[in-house]
Amino acid sequence: MSAPAGSERARSGQWAAWAFLAPVTVYLALFYAYPLYRNLDLSLRNYTVRSFVQGGAPFTGGRNYGTVLHDPVFGPALMHTMVFTLVSLAFQFTIGMALAVFFAGHFRLSATLRALFLVPWLLPLIVSASTWSWMLNSDSGVVNAVLHWVGVAPVDWLTSPRWSLTSVIIANIWIGIPFNLVVLYSGLQAIPASLYEAAALDGANGWQRFWRVTFPLLRPVSAITLLLGLVYTLKVFDIIWIMTRGGPADSSTTFATWSYRLGFGNLLPAFGPGAAVGNLLILIALIFGLTYIRVQRRRQPA
Amino acid sequence: MTAKRTWWKTGVGLLLTALMLFPVYWMINVSFTRDQDMRKDPPDWFPLHGTVEGYRAVLDQQLPYLGTSLLIGLGTVALTVVLSAPAGYSLAKLRPRGGGALSFVLLIAQMIPGIIMAMGFYAIYLSLGVLNSPVGLVIADSTIAVPFGVLIFTAFMSGIPDELLQAARIDGAGRLRVFWSIVLPVSRNAIVTVSLFAFLWAWSDFIFASTLDGGGDRRPITLGIYHYIGNNNQQWNAIMATAVVASIPATALLIIAQRYVAAGVTAGAVKD
Repeated sequence: MSAPAGSERARSGQWAAWAFLAPVTVYLALFYAYPLYRNLDLSLRNYTVRSFVQGGAPFTGGRNYGTVLHDPVFGPALMHTMVFTLVSLAFQFTIGMALAVFFAGHFRLSATLRALFLVPWLLPLIVSASTWSWMLNSDSGVVNAVLHWVGVAPVDWLTSPRWSLTSVIIANIWIGIPFNLVVLYSGLQAIPASLYEAAALDGANGWQRFWRVTFPLLRPVSAITLLLGLVYTLKVFDIIWIMTRGGPADSSTTFATWSYRLGFGNLLPAFGPGAAVGNLLILIALIFGLTYIRVQRRRQPA
Repeated sequence: MTAKRTWWKTGVGLLLTALMLFPVYWMINVSFTRDQDMRKDPPDWFPLHGTVEGYRAVLDQQLPYLGTSLLIGLGTVALTVVLSAPAGYSLAKLRPRGGGALSFVLLIAQMIPGIIMAMGFYAIYLSLGVLNSPVGLVIADSTIAVPFGVLIFTAFMSGIPDELLQAARIDGAGRLRVFWSIVLPVSRNAIVTVSLFAFLWAWSDFIFASTLDGGGDRRPITLGIYHYIGNNNQQWNAIMATAVVASIPATALLIIAQRYVAAGVTAGAVKD
């Protein structure tokens, strides 16, 4: 007769467990699921400013998505989102990896200097973005002053369509290096020193030790760093909006800034298309997000 | 490794750090530059003719914004810890049925772009009439930190020995009492890490502030800087001085709580 008593206790345990989870569950429903639902609803109806306030916008199905797909901005925005994400990632990861390997060889002050490298990542994005704006100013920026000093003609970093995307990518790389450095550094710490000693005994030089020992053993951590970086870089908004507002002439517009401009950037807001662009962005982020979770699960069978 | 070789490395390390932190130095340098020197070519590399005009402007105009940001940051910390600490305890120790699914939802939630949440919140706040309120901003900002908080608390509380909790249960303590008198005090480090990041993210938030609090009279410092850039394009010393002041919490936290910062980043930290 012990089974019923056991299951009763298990049931009371379940009650307690869910009582502790209840606040966060209600919170997720109210402040995650509901805003997402409202966003989906926005993208499926033809909202005007008036119906936005009073309700009663007609259901139009996929028409907002059609509008967005046929918009002349769509192609460039997709292209810029991809270039921004991939180029940022490539540089953040490579530089972060080089720095992690460099800092892994302990030397005087290495811990302090490594901590200082975190500063760009902790600063509010508006601070970093406005500092970079002023540094890249065409007439009075310090970057052009240095270029002038080495004999290069000044570049219109933020005001010419040719350079605006490059400029925001440079700022974004700077902000992303610390994250890559810290995560890869912690991955390096997990590699046993005996492996390096064995490789050194076998006569491997520094370069070979990196490619034969460090790189293969760091592959799982690298995969996760890259995938997380991808998901976070896709949604970068602040830096681009503050530095260029996606301009000039949409030359640095990505899905994130385009969505914001449609919904909030104009006098006459286009909430429907704005929400549609946002939902396309969510779709891309989720594809890579689910890949991340699969990689993570395979790595730690729990 | 010989001492000579490490000194060489320290030199390179110093050089790299200087290069990396140059924008931060430049922000400080410009914040002390006089108006008439602002467009000099070549620029002054050191604030030799420094002025505190920019900081005076901050004191005159930006103090209310700083106060609002502080309030919103603290509110976000409180809400985040209150919501995520019990959830972490349950997921780590009480084996709820469906707990795995909830963790999965939280993981996905971290990946949703801020602009999408902002648009949904805007629609909701507009119909409720709570746009331009600090409370609304606290709720929106907490959505950045709560999934991260649950993750950190779950990971940390999983490490608390079961024997400790069982001993308390045998002594007749209820689960709420175990949570309050044993789990929470033991989890001090996790509370610090979560609070720290929740505060920093709320303090730095721009996207929710600009969409949900753009027109109110109680706006956070990020909007203070943003409108500064828009309104008086010439006073870059004042803009950079505000930026320096807005960076103080991040810098202070890095100095005071460096090991908690590193712990948060490696736990799969999130940033918009």
